[in-house]
Amino acid sequence: MNNYELMVIFTPVLSEDDFKVAQKKFAKLVVDNGGSVVAENAWGLKALAYPIQKKTTGLYWVMEFTAAPESMERLKIQLLRDESVLRHLCTKLDKYAVEYNARKKSGVKTGNEKMMES
Amino acid sequence: MAKNEIKYLTAIKTDKRVKKFCRFKKYGMRYVDYKDIEFLKKFLNDQGKLLPRRLSGNSLKYQRKVSDAVKKARQMALLPYVTDLLK
Repeated sequence: MNNYELMVIFTPVLSEDDFKVAQKKFAKLVVDNGGSVVAENAWGLKALAYPIQKKTTGLYWVMEFTAAPESMERLKIQLLRDESVLRHLCTKLDKYAVEYNARKKSGVKTGNEKMMES
Repeated sequence: MAKNEIKYLTAIKTDKRVKKFCRFKKYGMRYVDYKDIEFLKKFLNDQGKLLPRRLSGNSLKYQRKVSDAVKKARQMALLPYVTDLLK
């Protein structure tokens, strides 16, 4: 079992409910493959830095989860097959990343603040 | 006028250069988050290009991590590939 983080950009044409259904679909896929969802964070509508498929905004969604490496291929196929997904990025998290995310969630200082000043 | 007074053609440098340091090592950060755009912007110039190590002072290990994080952020359209006046 590894820790992963998935970031997906959905098309902005999705309605509020469709957006939630799409989130649930991929979260369910992870659970069905024997993984577990650690955290979910929907950023919502956000302007893209450059147009993707002639769209200037996108619905962002970030999920942190644990899963077996073999199940990632199945998840990737589903993400590529889904037409509402503009782009996705799956990152494997090392132990420092997991610690960083946990700190960020609980609101403890991550050390970034000090570096932002300097 | 004293005869043994030395005269220089150019002014000698008197100010000592400040030693550069790796910010990640100093503050004990082990992970560079690609989602934190404001943070990553500190390592980019106005055109959205990555600053060299000689300017940012990062150690090689963390310069690589910053570079990976910036590239991930670009893929996810959080940062632009090319631009003017990023800041």
